[in-house]
Order: sequence, then structure tokens, then C-alpha cells
Amino acid sequence: MWLLFSAGGVLAALFLPVLLFLFALAFPLGWISPPEYGHVLDVLGHPLVRVGLWLLVFLALFHWAHRFRYTLYDGLQIKHRAGLVAGLCYGSAAVGSAIAVYLLWNVP
Amino acid sequence: MTQDTYEPRPYRRRISLFWWTERRTYLVFILRELSSVFIAWSAVFLLLLVRAVSQGSDEYAAFLDWAASPWVLVLNVIAVAFVLLHAVTWFDLTARATVVRRGGRRVPTWMIAAGGYVSWALVSVVVAWILVGA
Repeated sequence: MWLLFSAGGVLAALFLPVLLFLFALAFPLGWISPPEYGHVLDVLGHPLVRVGLWLLVFLALFHWAHRFRYTLYDGLQIKHRAGLVAGLCYGSAAVGSAIAVYLLWNVP
Repeated sequence: MTQDTYEPRPYRRRISLFWWTERRTYLVFILRELSSVFIAWSAVFLLLLVRAVSQGSDEYAAFLDWAASPWVLVLNVIAVAFVLLHAVTWFDLTARATVVRRGGRRVPTWMIAAGGYVSWALVSVVVAWILVGA
């Protein structure tokens, strides 16, 4: 469990800054001209990228779930609803990962 | 006479819901933990990008336009800030927790942290190069 959290933290720290900076800021705002659709499709379609991206999403979501669960306990003092909180956190991470599998499988 | 047994209970202080506002270190701790929410948002955002790309070049362009719309932009600026907070606190924290011994001495924390930051820079350059091209 903790290993998943840890791996998620590392991957998130390494990959999310650049990816988010490019696709959330630089490309939409035109600071850097966005890559051609064809190129993005090629990159995304590559099996290694598909698997890697899924791994990133899965571990990032799990990292959030694990951390957020404990933040809720500490921050809002809701230890008494432990089961529900854990279920919601890991549950939504699982749902997100399943959606990721579906999306990445279906890239043309 | 009946004897009531007295079982002493440990004293549990009621903790205020706003305990984390009392000290700056508490606040920074909570902010650091909350950065995970933006990690999750980033994952969702990337999945939205994947979906748009799968749908076609028009949708890809539309996605970038949507990403430039005011509220999404504000959210993402905040997200980038928190993602950076996550990265920096992560490298510093894991560097402190990692014990590597070389010749009986412990490798200094700053070296391990530097390793993390260098990896971060390398990954970023490679990813950017793949996406933006030569």
C-alpha cells in the first residue's frame, strides 16, 4: 500500500510538472506552439507511452487517495468514519484507473 | 456494600477543527498534503487530453482552447503551483529519509536531493523534447 503511495509520489513529482506546464499553460496560452495533432497521436499511440501514462495516472490517483484519506482524518478529525472515507478515496482512484485503461486502450 | 470499580480513562483533549491554523508549520503541512488533490486533478486533466486526442484533431484543438478559458486557466495555474510544491517537498523529504552509506559514512542529504532534482530535470527535458520535437 505504502509502496504504491510512494511510487505515485515519485512519478507525480517527476512527470506532472512538465506535462501540466505544457498542456495546461504553455500550449493553450501559445507560449510554445502546440505539437501537431498527428505528432501527438503518434506519441500517444505508442504502446510504451500508453502503458507509461496509465501507470502515471493510476499511481498518481492512488497517491492522492492514500494521502487525502489521512488528511481527512487529521484535518477534519473524522477518524470515526474511517471505513467510509477509505472506501470513497480508494474507490474513486480505482474508478479513475479503470477509465484510464479504457481511454488509453482506445487511442486510435 | 456494592463496590463500583473505577476505571481511569486517558485524558483526550478535544482538538479544534482549525488546529492547523495555529502555527505556520501546521499550515505548510496541510498545504503539502492538499497538493495531492491537484495531483489527482492533473491525472484527470491528462485523461481529458487523451480522450480529446482520441476523438480527433478538432477535439484536440478544442481541448486546448478549453484549457485556455478563464476558470480552467486559474485552476491550472493553482494546480501547477501545488504540483511544484509536491515535487519540491517530495524530493527534500525522501532525500532526508534515504540512508545511503558509502565507506561507513552516510551520504549527505543534499547529494541525494540533488540526485532527485537532476532526475527531475532530465525527465522534464526528455518529455518536452518528445512532445515539442527537436
